[in-house]
Amino acid sequence: MASEKVKTFTDANFADEVKSGVVLVDFWATWCAPCRRIAPIVDQLAEEFNGRLTVAKVDIDENPMTPSKFMVRGIPTLLLFKDGDLKETIVGLETKDRLTQVINKHL
Amino acid sequence: MSTHRQVIIIGSGPAGLTAALYASRANLKPLVIEGIEAGGQLMLTTMVENWPGYRDGIMGPDLMTELRAQAERFGAEIIQGDVTSVNLSQRPFTVNVDKTAYTADALIIATGASAKWLDLGVDKKLSGRGVSTCATCDGFFFKGLPVAVVGGGDTAMEEAIYLSKLATHVTVIHRRDTLRASKVMQDKAMSTPNISFLWNKEVIDIKDLDQGKVTSLVLRDTQTGAQSDLAVDGVFIGIGHVPNTALFAGQLAMHDNGYLKTHDGSRTSVPGVFAAGDVQDHVYRQAVTAAGSGCMAAIDAERFLSGTLHDSHQSTVVSSQS
Repeated sequence: MASEKVKTFTDANFADEVKSGVVLVDFWATWCAPCRRIAPIVDQLAEEFNGRLTVAKVDIDENPMTPSKFMVRGIPTLLLFKDGDLKETIVGLETKDRLTQVINKHL
Repeated sequence: MSTHRQVIIIGSGPAGLTAALYASRANLKPLVIEGIEAGGQLMLTTMVENWPGYRDGIMGPDLMTELRAQAERFGAEIIQGDVTSVNLSQRPFTVNVDKTAYTADALIIATGASAKWLDLGVDKKLSGRGVSTCATCDGFFFKGLPVAVVGGGDTAMEEAIYLSKLATHVTVIHRRDTLRASKVMQDKAMSTPNISFLWNKEVIDIKDLDQGKVTSLVLRDTQTGAQSDLAVDGVFIGIGHVPNTALFAGQLAMHDNGYLKTHDGSRTSVPGVFAAGDVQDHVYRQAVTAAGSGCMAAIDAERFLSGTLHDSHQSTVVSSQS
């Protein structure tokens, strides 16, 4: 089951939500099989970095503007923001260890 | 919780899960480490029409969900995680998954193969920016745009056909003048109005790294050397696969192309280590042959553990040549 610590961002609130702190956003869609594989890892990251990292998902079917704005043309893609600035773009599947390293660089 | 198992299976495609099914039914309580590409290549396909028993086909991800549930039903334990290293030089074998070290008396390797890239450097840099190896994942982003597919095999044709429903036009770029794809896939692709073919062309560059997205491809004619540009918003690479054998470098015998060598069924060069599926098969590479070899590996592992696996004859050297 998805972690309750993972938020859901939309086109409407995206800019506000990434404005402050370190935020990891998982771009996904219901039809994307690899997205289902990274979802549990994203959940675990949300639990483990609780309080230090905001973790959120964006459903690209329902929110076409945000992926377009950040030129996301493949999913899963994870974007990491710090105080509103895009710091990291991670395309495709990655291990939890690798993602942890990337996140730690910005905390 | 103990980290020792009689059998550990690395990989969760048709080979790994069929091995898990047989090993669990043999009461070996196998541990399956599913890996980052859990479910294997079938997770990235749509309709699988050549899996026996489904006259109307079955969706790849659905097939893998069923196979996984079937293995779990008989007691296979399946964990997420990616194997970071193995030690096959001492027994029990060690399999490291992130920070946990598992040990096993027998090991079944079913790590499969992953999509091959063009080796241009730029293709990986533009991954997720218009370059993709998975049409079903990324085709969505190219609705109403022109795209290209590189390759001439079944994977490339399947990608082209899938994309033709989304993109305005699909150009298939192939470095030869004939396709390697099966007749049925060729016919399907060739009869699709918005798929066209560029023969004897190879991709030598992808633009535009500065803009951070794909705008065009630079092609070279393999016969004349003449260069040309093709304006596309996306390019899908379907030029084959590479076996996932990096973990075993220096520990297991491999063919020159990186596939694991097996002999006498599923045995690798280390007794007690067995291999199944695409990681050791560069010839057939079908879901059903992967499943079949997964079954073989489980039976071989069971016999190894019970001490009844014997060399049929001195055939090791003969049958393991490339």
